[in-house]
Amino acid sequence: MSIGNIPILTFLIFFPLAGIVIMIFISRKKEVWLKWTANLITLLEFFFSLLLLRGFQANAEGMQFMERTDWIKSFKVQYLLGIDGISLLLILLTTLLTFLATLSSWKAIKDRVKEYYIFLLLLEVGMIGVFVSLDMVLFYVFWELMLLPMYFLIGVWGGERKLYAAIKFFLFTLFGSVIMLVAILAMYFQYHTFDLLAIVQSGSYLPLALQSWVFLGFFLGFAIKVPMFPFHTWLPDAHVEAPTAASVILAAVLLKMGAYGFLRFSLPLFPDAARRFMPVMIALALISIVYGALVSLMQKDMKKLIAYSSVSHMGFVMLGIFTFTPMALKGAIIQMINHGISTGALFLIVGIIYERRHTRLIADFGGLSARMPVYAAVFLIMTMSSIGLPGLNGFIGEFMILMGTFAVNWKWAAIAASSIILGAGYMLWLYQRVMFGKLSNPANESLTDLTIREFATFFPLLIMAFWIGLMPKPFLDILDKPVENIVRIVRPDYFQKQIFDIRQLKKPAPTEALNAEGH
Amino acid sequence: MVRALVPEIVVLTVALVILMLDLLVRRKEILGYVTLAGALLAVYFVLRPLCADGQYFSAMITVDRFTAFFDIIFLVAMVVTMFISMHYLDTQRWVHGEYYALLLLATLGMMLLAKAADLVMVFLGIETLSLAVYILAGYLRQEKKSNEAALKYVLLGAFSTAFLLYGIALIYGSTGSTNLLTIAQVIARENILADPLLLLAMALIMVGFAFKVSLVPFHMWTPDVYEGAPTPITAFMAVGVKAAALAAFLHVFLLAFPALHPYWGKLLWGVAVLTMTVGNLIAISQNNIKRMLAYSSIAHAGYILIGLIAGGEAGVTSVLYYLVVYMFMNMGAFAVVTAYGSQGDENLEIKDYAGMGWRQPWLAFAMLVFLFSLAGIPPMAGFMGKLYIFSAAIKSGYIWLTIIGVINSVISAYYYLRVIEVMYMKPAQRTVIPMTAKPALIVALIVTVFFTLQIGLFPTLTMEFARLAAVIGR
Repeated sequence: MSIGNIPILTFLIFFPLAGIVIMIFISRKKEVWLKWTANLITLLEFFFSLLLLRGFQANAEGMQFMERTDWIKSFKVQYLLGIDGISLLLILLTTLLTFLATLSSWKAIKDRVKEYYIFLLLLEVGMIGVFVSLDMVLFYVFWELMLLPMYFLIGVWGGERKLYAAIKFFLFTLFGSVIMLVAILAMYFQYHTFDLLAIVQSGSYLPLALQSWVFLGFFLGFAIKVPMFPFHTWLPDAHVEAPTAASVILAAVLLKMGAYGFLRFSLPLFPDAARRFMPVMIALALISIVYGALVSLMQKDMKKLIAYSSVSHMGFVMLGIFTFTPMALKGAIIQMINHGISTGALFLIVGIIYERRHTRLIADFGGLSARMPVYAAVFLIMTMSSIGLPGLNGFIGEFMILMGTFAVNWKWAAIAASSIILGAGYMLWLYQRVMFGKLSNPANESLTDLTIREFATFFPLLIMAFWIGLMPKPFLDILDKPVENIVRIVRPDYFQKQIFDIRQLKKPAPTEALNAEGH
Repeated sequence: MVRALVPEIVVLTVALVILMLDLLVRRKEILGYVTLAGALLAVYFVLRPLCADGQYFSAMITVDRFTAFFDIIFLVAMVVTMFISMHYLDTQRWVHGEYYALLLLATLGMMLLAKAADLVMVFLGIETLSLAVYILAGYLRQEKKSNEAALKYVLLGAFSTAFLLYGIALIYGSTGSTNLLTIAQVIARENILADPLLLLAMALIMVGFAFKVSLVPFHMWTPDVYEGAPTPITAFMAVGVKAAALAAFLHVFLLAFPALHPYWGKLLWGVAVLTMTVGNLIAISQNNIKRMLAYSSIAHAGYILIGLIAGGEAGVTSVLYYLVVYMFMNMGAFAVVTAYGSQGDENLEIKDYAGMGWRQPWLAFAMLVFLFSLAGIPPMAGFMGKLYIFSAAIKSGYIWLTIIGVINSVISAYYYLRVIEVMYMKPAQRTVIPMTAKPALIVALIVTVFFTLQIGLFPTLTMEFARLAAVIGR
């Protein structure tokens, strides 16, 4: 399927590549040209991705906008693309945040500007490719492709310990990925295809023992990316040392890929193993939530604080995924989008202050709201979004996850809910120490408020925060079908049992309605 | 009969012609172009053979698609080496004539080795190849390191060839023949699988090959010889000699000893694991770039061995495919080293590469492509090669070997990344300005980069060639 005869997904993947070619021909000295070109390309990419909404049908079965050709005939690898509701949301998140990250780098990057934007565009190619690939080898190629530009972004334009952080990120992620490769190859020799759709539709699953091993192989690759405790140790270093734009993309998009991998591969392909390992996953998710929150409380560096808060938030997402209820799954996916928006904004916020003062230590600030009121307002909104204040986007995701978890096991929900308090703790405390109080540090006297460009980087995120928070229905509706498909595979008995589901409150007789809906 | 060896005859003739021409011409580049012409002619005769597939010269020589595939690899490797050498010899101001002749003679030895259907022919091919390469390794007469390299290579090479010869003699003793196919028939017929003489012979032959392919623990000569030899010759050794030895390895073990697979399979399993691990771990501590690449090539031989152990059509195809990929990325890496080290091999420490990423951006980009390809990162060809080899291994059931292989890939990424880190992320220590690259070198670089990317992004064509050539596996 395509829009007006153009294969839209291929176009989305390779348009930034065309952008790179254009940028190669612009001389290194014309920095303004380079910046304008890069921003224009990422903005256009975002608008093109909005075209997907035009042709997308929320109620259609199966993948949409599919494209299929042979890539490596002798190895049965196909160039197979397609999206559903989950990938659609993530693609929109990716294109929006790449544009905002590019916009935010205008003043921040001073040398080697050309290569910087080229790497950002290359990163976008990889990210979009991951979200649309339905062939396992193609997915893997795009997955690993992202390591290259991210390594350079951290290693060349990063902070003090950039070399250590870059190589740690690269090797850690590579390790998980190659184990996943072994698992992919093992799958191939059972199913004789790399085609994800064919395997899912075949309805045949691996024997439990083999399935468990392959599940663990994929698990390692995805868990390192999410990151789940105890594979999270690369995250604080990478986030802190990376330049602002790279941190934004890392937090907002790259982390989501791990969770996306679970949703797209682990759950549909290995349902028995997923059910078997569910307690372990839940335990790790809960540990991530609480541990991430506790460690955030202690941080002195703003960026590190937000980095650990990402661990905590992604723990919430993993909790939602592994309870296997539609409510929690939808909550998890929405939470992924929300986390992208709020944490992306928070890293941008830290970046703004870092550009002005070249420090991220909380102790160096205090009372900034007197000098930077607009900044204070944006910061406050995003803080509330991160905490999960009703009215903003964070609430929707967290609430749905907790509802779904409560239906399965109330103790888990209680632990997760308790960490929301911790979340409020570290975020509000951060805000208070930085923005409120006395303006004690004389270096902060001359701080200027947000410029138009800087505000422009926040504007879309603010809109999305309120939109999802107040009117989440359109976003949730496109998730109905894919989530239903996943639950149907992992918990086939779900749609027969009578389970409290908030959607059912309007329907007359729960059992009949469930059966009718689940045809 | 003679028609079977036409490519080899062409190569030999050109070698002799070069020796003569050397006396007559003043501009030495002409010799390079003559070599190129000769190589192209030889490739033509390989692709359009004047004889049918089969065995010739009293079943000493096989001609089939497998040998054709390898012949092309050798000739391409030689041409690329020659292009790199044209730059290198000029900057070093060394004599050209015998160099090209020796390269051609070494290639001759390699082609004979690949075509060998008889153990005696294997020995002949190895000796022809080795003698030429010994001299080439020590070509820089006035460099101590070069002399050391040549001497080490000669002594250890002679020692290992003696092992090989002893093994051949014992095979003759236990089976009564040195022809590969006949040996297999005798083993099957007489049912002498557990004959200690036979097993000893097999082990000795394995030692002989392991030396040439530099498998652990017969690899000790490799770093020193690779470091001391002139850089283009290092490239030639790392790619050509290794490929030739692997061709013979495949021939001997898959044609003559298939029944002994239970024995040599286990042995090679251990050797492969050792080779990969030792190669990668020691490479981490290297400061000299040529030594690092030497250890990296040892590790890659380990990956190739995995394909050999897997066997079958998939295994052999994956080995052939990997050799093509390996040729381009390794030759390319050494080409970059030659280009950068043009003031006479000075810039061979990794830390001397600092700042190259920004001052010679295209050269650094080429190096980036090669290093990531060696590490096995998509979309470069190295990833496809490893994917194919690992999938063949899993197909044959070697899960643990695959897992060790992928973990080794991660370990190797560390030292490849270190070079990239130094190139792009460290400030320049001393200003290194390499000499302007000669056109030949630029051509070599462009060709290697192009194919490293092309084979990675569109592997189908090369994979098909490899599959067609994998006659042995069937």
